[in-house]
Amino acid sequence: MDEQLVQQLINGLLIGFMYSLIAIGLTLIWGVMNIVNFAHGDFLMLGMFTSFWLYTLYGLDPLFSIPIVTILLFVLGLLIYRFIVSKVMKGPMLAQLVVTFGVSIFLANLAVFLWTPDFRLIEKPLLHGTWELGGAKLSIPKFVASIGSIIASVFVFYFLKKTKMGKAILATEMDREAALLMGINTDRINSLSFAIGAALVGIAGAFLSTYYYIYPQVGGIFGLIAFSTVALGGFGSIEGAFIAGIIIGVAQTLGGYIFDPAYKFAIVFLIYLIVVWIRPQGLLGW
Amino acid sequence: MKTKKSVVVFLSLVLVFCLAVTLNAQPKTIKIGAIYPLSGNLASTGLDCKRGVEMAVEIINGKYDLSLPMAKTEGLPNLGGAKIEVVFGDSKGDPKNGMAEAERLVTQEKVVAVIGAYQSAVTKTASQATERLKIPFVNSDSTSPTLTERGFKYFFRPECTDAIFAKNQFEFLEDMKKKTGAKLMSVALLYENTEWGANVGKEDQKYAKEFKYNVVADIPYSQNATDVSSEVGKLIKAKPDVLLHASYITDAILYTKTFKELGFAPKGFLTMAGYLEPDYLKTVKGDGNFMVVRSTFALDLATRKPLVAQVNELFKKKYNMDMSGNAARSFTAPFVVAEAMNRAKSTESEAVTKALMATDIPGDQIINPWKGIKFDSKTHQNIYATGILVQIQNEQYHTVWPFNMAAKDVVWPFSGWKK
Repeated sequence: MDEQLVQQLINGLLIGFMYSLIAIGLTLIWGVMNIVNFAHGDFLMLGMFTSFWLYTLYGLDPLFSIPIVTILLFVLGLLIYRFIVSKVMKGPMLAQLVVTFGVSIFLANLAVFLWTPDFRLIEKPLLHGTWELGGAKLSIPKFVASIGSIIASVFVFYFLKKTKMGKAILATEMDREAALLMGINTDRINSLSFAIGAALVGIAGAFLSTYYYIYPQVGGIFGLIAFSTVALGGFGSIEGAFIAGIIIGVAQTLGGYIFDPAYKFAIVFLIYLIVVWIRPQGLLGW
Repeated sequence: MKTKKSVVVFLSLVLVFCLAVTLNAQPKTIKIGAIYPLSGNLASTGLDCKRGVEMAVEIINGKYDLSLPMAKTEGLPNLGGAKIEVVFGDSKGDPKNGMAEAERLVTQEKVVAVIGAYQSAVTKTASQATERLKIPFVNSDSTSPTLTERGFKYFFRPECTDAIFAKNQFEFLEDMKKKTGAKLMSVALLYENTEWGANVGKEDQKYAKEFKYNVVADIPYSQNATDVSSEVGKLIKAKPDVLLHASYITDAILYTKTFKELGFAPKGFLTMAGYLEPDYLKTVKGDGNFMVVRSTFALDLATRKPLVAQVNELFKKKYNMDMSGNAARSFTAPFVVAEAMNRAKSTESEAVTKALMATDIPGDQIINPWKGIKFDSKTHQNIYATGILVQIQNEQYHTVWPFNMAAKDVVWPFSGWKK
């Protein structure tokens, strides 16, 4: 048995859980508002930079700065929705499409302006090193980030399914007009989902900052993968995004290892094509 | 009342006239375009290159007691002391944008020469635009051999090519075999898959065959990645004696971290561009130790070349940091352009191109470790360009090869990752 196969499976799961958490926030925003949040990756970048600065300036480990990052990103999400996104919600489709794109470019360049394009790394995070499991190596920060991703996902899932507010979000997602008729304030639901989506990707950013390098354009590639994750899982489906994240992570590492690393994204998108061929709405979309 | 008004009008007219005359009397400026990835993934690299160019232009325009061309006089003496003005274009790291920027710089900004563009893929398209527009392009920071194999009339490269670097790396391995008696039989090739990396891969394959090394893995990869464990998994399984890695900055950091995490430890790492960047060491710190990087510059060359230290002193004063390999490479092109224009006594494209063909800058007038700059009549590649290898020791770059230029002994083999 090839030892590296197990290693690749582990690494695939570890990166997959991270993809899941990033995608959940995106799918929530899409599901409720029917807009693509192009600034999602940049929210991730802001989450990472917030952890970095809390660590550098106040010595706060990223693990403990998660609540702060969550609240900060939640508020940022609220503000961006209230002052920018909500203004174009009634406008033409194209305006909705372009507005978050504009926010994305603005945030990435603001970060370059404020913090220079340099690369940064949290030097001595609390979590570091690897565990040896048989022949395989398990990165401790990645492992803890995965646990965090699972907890956050389960939490969101229960919030949506069990609380009144969550049910209102789901109702808006299913049928906006009907929800409006039932007395749900859909504008408030919009801003809430946008803020929760931003907060979730903020958590992902805080965890990611424990092992990944931080720079203003870091959101680009993660954002791109999040879009494919959401499409694969089904637009608006939380469970779908969670499962799709793991599939993409594992397909990428195992596929890359077994075939050729150059084809790893080809394999990921082949899976995506097969899924939309059979189920155009994505794995768990409706 | 009326006379008063006309006096004011008259006086202001005189003033405007005087101003126009003084403006005209000043030596005119020569506009040069410079294309670099100033935003996007490679923004920190682009900024580093930009610093090198700005430093060079400052030396050309000012009066400095340095042996560099045009340093001792203000501006270009044969052109009435004309100063160089650089107009920067942002490629965003993308060949399409690089080409569009080259066109914009020439047609709208009216630059008379273009330099840049760091990434070989961008240099390739940007120089296609300048070739069509008949404007000289001097490239001192891209290394893909194909760039000078196109037979372009207006394209000149003082910098080394990957063909030379690849050969250098195998010569180094042969030297190490002799020096340590160690058996180095197999190499693994890992390279990013655009114009530059893919060509490095090709050259490495060629020289591996020539020097009789066994290539146990040949892995191209896309530079935009979040996770590279499958690539590193393949490397671990292939168990090469030496890894040859061609990467830019983001992938250099990501791979270094993944090598450590998964415990990939060959006898040596021979690396390239991304590993030379100031941000690389700032980010990975001690994990970068013992990487051997190909370069055409190192600060410790100063022991043989005082000019290196003098320039670095100026650079440090201006930017509060040491000059990096990348900044040093980009530093060279403005001098080549200015020196040629000065000899041509013109900024007109054909005259400058002709002067570039006759360029013969001796080694003591450049900061690179070469015998000089002189272009091959067909390819326009600098015939004197050679590479050196530096190794990161105690988080600093030291020249380790060729042995007669070495400032420190190379640490070999790699002793494994520190916890």
